[in-house]
Amino acid sequence: MSTLTTLDLLEAESIHIIREVVAEFERPVMLYSIGKDSSVMLRLAQKAFAPGSIPFPLLHVDTGLKFPEMYRFRDAICGQLGVDLRVYRFEEAIERGDNPWDLGTVRCCAALKTEALLNALREGEYDAAMGGARREEERSRAKERVYSFRDLFGQWDPKNQRPELWSLYNGRIAPGEHIRAFPLSNWTELDIWLYIHREQIPVVPLYFAKERAVIVRDHQLIPVYDRTQLQPGEEPQQVLCRYRTLGCYPCTGAVHSTARTVEEIIEEMMIARQSERITRLIDHDQDSSMEQKKREGYF
Amino acid sequence: MAQARMIDQAERADLLRFTTAGSVDDGKSTLIGRLLHDSKSIYEDHLAAVVAASRRSGQQSVDLALLTDGLKAEREQRITIDVAYRHFSTPRRRFIIADTPGHEQYTRNMATGASTAELAIILIDAAQGVVTQSKRHGFIAALLGIRHLLVAVNKMDQVGYAQEVYQRIHEEYAGFAAGLTGVDLTFIPISALHGDNVVLAGDRMPWYDGPTLLEHLETVEISTAADPAEFRFPVQYVLRPDGDFRGYCGTVASGLLSVGDPVVVQPSGKRSRVSRIITPAGEADTAVARQAITVCLEDDLDVSRGDLLAHPGQLPWQAREVDATLIWMDSRALHLNHTLLVKHTTSLVRGQCVALHARIDPNTLTRDAAETLRLNEIGEVRLQLFKPLLCDAYARNRQTGSFILIDPVSNATLAAGLITGVHEPEMVPGEAGARERHLTRHAGTVTSAERTQLLRQQPATLWLTGFSASGKSTIAYALEQRLIAEGHACMVLDGDNIRHGLNQDLGFSPRDRSENIRRVAEVARILNEAGLIVITSFISPYRADRDLARRIIGEERFIETLVDAALDVCEGRDPKGLYAKARSGQIPDFTGISAPYERPEEPELTLNSQQQSVNELVQVCWENLVARGVIAS
Repeated sequence: MSTLTTLDLLEAESIHIIREVVAEFERPVMLYSIGKDSSVMLRLAQKAFAPGSIPFPLLHVDTGLKFPEMYRFRDAICGQLGVDLRVYRFEEAIERGDNPWDLGTVRCCAALKTEALLNALREGEYDAAMGGARREEERSRAKERVYSFRDLFGQWDPKNQRPELWSLYNGRIAPGEHIRAFPLSNWTELDIWLYIHREQIPVVPLYFAKERAVIVRDHQLIPVYDRTQLQPGEEPQQVLCRYRTLGCYPCTGAVHSTARTVEEIIEEMMIARQSERITRLIDHDQDSSMEQKKREGYF
Repeated sequence: MAQARMIDQAERADLLRFTTAGSVDDGKSTLIGRLLHDSKSIYEDHLAAVVAASRRSGQQSVDLALLTDGLKAEREQRITIDVAYRHFSTPRRRFIIADTPGHEQYTRNMATGASTAELAIILIDAAQGVVTQSKRHGFIAALLGIRHLLVAVNKMDQVGYAQEVYQRIHEEYAGFAAGLTGVDLTFIPISALHGDNVVLAGDRMPWYDGPTLLEHLETVEISTAADPAEFRFPVQYVLRPDGDFRGYCGTVASGLLSVGDPVVVQPSGKRSRVSRIITPAGEADTAVARQAITVCLEDDLDVSRGDLLAHPGQLPWQAREVDATLIWMDSRALHLNHTLLVKHTTSLVRGQCVALHARIDPNTLTRDAAETLRLNEIGEVRLQLFKPLLCDAYARNRQTGSFILIDPVSNATLAAGLITGVHEPEMVPGEAGARERHLTRHAGTVTSAERTQLLRQQPATLWLTGFSASGKSTIAYALEQRLIAEGHACMVLDGDNIRHGLNQDLGFSPRDRSENIRRVAEVARILNEAGLIVITSFISPYRADRDLARRIIGEERFIETLVDAALDVCEGRDPKGLYAKARSGQIPDFTGISAPYERPEEPELTLNSQQQSVNELVQVCWENLVARGVIAS
């Protein structure tokens, strides 16, 4: 008789969560950030409802500052799969020209991501938003529930979370409140890549090593695009590198790597000794920066 | 190649989920930090942040607790507030730790962590000895069905690594834990601060020769022997993408389902058969517990979320009144006769607590009368439902035996519930016989582990199958004689004998043969539950029937054994003259002559009765039972 592998069990748990959200909420939505975790979550959503199609829309909160490769990938994949993709741009802030160089990452994220997300959820009248966050990623995420309750203002109160036992999730909310659901709670970065490998899931090419134009600043490899502001004396150079996580290009660093295939990434992961979020400039803003953002409603 | 091997190894690593508990300052976070640090599971940048923070707060050494205390308030107060889930892995296994706090007011988080764990580490401060909290944690872990308790006697450095201190705590806690049922206890003396016996043994406790804590976590075998065999499938979502397709999505709570299986849809009691199973990997013939699948039935029935599919003859309780143990988790106390929401499997029904039988003192394991239950208190209640629950006892099935109570006004989760029994189950439409009477099934408190200990053997059923006159009964009785002679409790169930008594109402049609096998399997299961080794001797010609027996008895205990002899050899033996009668048409439906024999495809054991003697075959069985750990060599 077949025994289930850890990956099979994680897959089953995620599908269970996605189905539970769809069964219990009136207007669920899945947040789609184009990254590897979103790509896995999208595949799980397809499997959960096969042979039917995905019964909810995907929502991309677009800051206008994503890598060009990410937009190309998003449009190609969503077109190919025929999913209902909705893009929300906080035009007021984008037109205002909000950017991390002038505002600093804290205020930029607060406007272009957190406020934008809360606006998008309110406008769409979504009562449940699924996201690809994993507990392994960061210290405060380790304390997240699978169903995370958010008040009228989208806030998270870590000291007053609903107890969550077995796989019995309490999704009861009052009008205006919502639930953030995290189907990938128990996955690790390695699980994500093993699953991408097993299921042959397409991902943004930025994850694979290539010679790229970057500047080296404080041991970080900063990508160079149109709006990148160089500091005096900085000169772009070609470096063989890849991205472990993808966000806005001004705030996402690359890592030195020679991994050009999924197999090579897995091999690299298994000997990696640095956590993936080291390349996210936003996490280092202050000692508990992620917790602060999450309290305010950041994903 | 090395790369492929690495990926393969990563995919094969199994997962152990455990929880940690201890009272404030027992050193839980330090232990977890030490496990992560010494097993090299900490990323360099995380460690660098902790080193910097330790230095900022003026500490001499690196404070490993900072690795796990994720929230700002915790770092300020240097305590752990909420349950956190941590990952780490070694080449042998990967782990998810539910790190739960020890303060009394946060017992609810301990229960939360324990609800999904297979093992619990109870930390005891060697200098403090066994305290109230240590007992409470052990009790909650056992209550929530954790079968493996690892008692880590920590801070051995503070008592000079003295063996007497460890022994005293060992004896006191073992005495307390004797009152917990079904728990396997392990004790390890450690110093999380200095690392003794956490990952490496060190040389400061030469008197201890057991495994280190990590070695134990890496090698402990998580027993599945008590996993429920009955198929349970709570319908989660009805999938109707178009007019043609109708499927029922859900996660298999327990048991095994195959295409073609008859199923009963509860609560309607309507029957159908499984026409398709769709797993995440695509169309499949079978599905096992914990898989998220979509099931299609042959008939168009009215099935909705909250309904449950089960096999006929193995239905769950269906009851409007259940008895349950509650762990109260809200600051507002329990109010009897107030409407609540009950979330159980995939259904959400209204109900109310109508009686509080007792409150349990987790420190003394005694029960006393009480008016109400307050935050972190545990009690036994009767719950009345506005619609019947389809459930089992929690001790038997964690999925169908658990529920949460939700306040319909504030939407807060008020309590976690574990079903212990039902009161006046409802009639089940479409199920004949016993089901129409009012029966109350209660889960016993003696576990199979306790019976195993008593009899010094693991229960198993050696299921002999083969043609008439292939030698099944001869082998069965010879094996029984040897087992009894060597002090093992066993029992032969023989086809002819059973048909003279229990199954005298059955003939030899495929339907009656199926029922014959089902009853025998149920009897074998009961005898196994009593701790006995069972040897059955039935032709059992149909694969589906043997598979049913496997499900009833349980994968772990079922040893399908083909007694192999060619048909003409058996016919040549014909000790009872049955083949002759079958040939002349006096016996209809005779296996091999006028009815088919479906050979087992992958029997656990094959006995060639044409080439080997009875004694040789008994020896083959004996060695197999030893290899499986059923009996000692």
